[in-house]
Amino acid sequence: MAKKFDIEVFNKWCKGCGLCIAICPKKVLELSEQVKSTPVRPDDCIGCRQCENVCPDMAITIKERD
Amino acid sequence: MPREDVKKLLRTKFMPHIWCPGCGHGIIMHAILRAIADLKIPKEQVCISSGIGCSSRMPGYIDACTLHTAHGRSLAFATGVRLANPDLTIVNVMGDGDGTAIGGNHFIHACRRNIGITAVVMNNNIYGMTGGQASPTTPEGAFASTAPYGAIDPTFDICKLAEGAGATFVARATVAQPVMCEQILKKAILHQKKGFAVVELVSYCHTQFGRKNKRSRPMDNFNYLKDNSVMKAKADTMTAEELKGKIVIGEFVNIEDAREYTKRYDEVIARAQKA
Repeated sequence: MAKKFDIEVFNKWCKGCGLCIAICPKKVLELSEQVKSTPVRPDDCIGCRQCENVCPDMAITIKERD
Repeated sequence: MPREDVKKLLRTKFMPHIWCPGCGHGIIMHAILRAIADLKIPKEQVCISSGIGCSSRMPGYIDACTLHTAHGRSLAFATGVRLANPDLTIVNVMGDGDGTAIGGNHFIHACRRNIGITAVVMNNNIYGMTGGQASPTTPEGAFASTAPYGAIDPTFDICKLAEGAGATFVARATVAQPVMCEQILKKAILHQKKGFAVVELVSYCHTQFGRKNKRSRPMDNFNYLKDNSVMKAKADTMTAEELKGKIVIGEFVNIEDAREYTKRYDEVIARAQKA
């Protein structure tokens, strides 16, 4: 079975720049009404960690699901 | 929040940082922290020094030994730290104006000395903090607040400058390749035992540079850097005409058998004591 990942976005640090949303190959993240990045399709995440590495505010953590 | 070992290197009470949403400097800070965390250097053994500017606010957020010094003079302070305690890992972060304009002389002489410091030059093509004045790395024809009809000065190639001045490790990456930034930084930090390492990380300033040059969103700049960067191996096969406007990334110089300044200094002390 394919691995599943949890996406944690720390809203206090997120400034809503949208880099993670644009870089995600699976379109997992979207901007919320509060202009914060939110994982809307977490099950599609393939764990490439591009959003984690690119986040200038260090707000995103990708964790492998147990 | 970043992963645990990276979070330990952050002064979380000062976060979120002051940089604009989507600023490339944040990506570079993350890459530096990941490199230090992956190399498992204890934070008491890491010294981050910086001058003045947007990029130079970085030491404020990193929980290690940090120095925020005079404009352009960060390398001079770092040299002092290195001579006082050669065992420290010193990462000197500076912007393009800080490193090549105001501190240009310190930069070339640190290269010439080959002292064990990792100098990270964050090149965002402009003086971002002070209002978007043209810097030595503003591309020819680009607009800035002091160049409303386009900059006419030719630009500095920081990597070629460092190579010519005698640095023993020179590499370049852009923030569009965060993992490559991390790998190059790791190599550059390990190179400290052999001498001066210069890493030019091409960043962007969408607030000051972008809005005058039709790249006002972070993603426009990110895609621009991604589309215009060329690996060194490929660039070697391209003509000068094709390379116009491209950013060549990769490792340019890596001299393994270089002799570090503090070691030569110790030898002089030994010779003087014998005499």
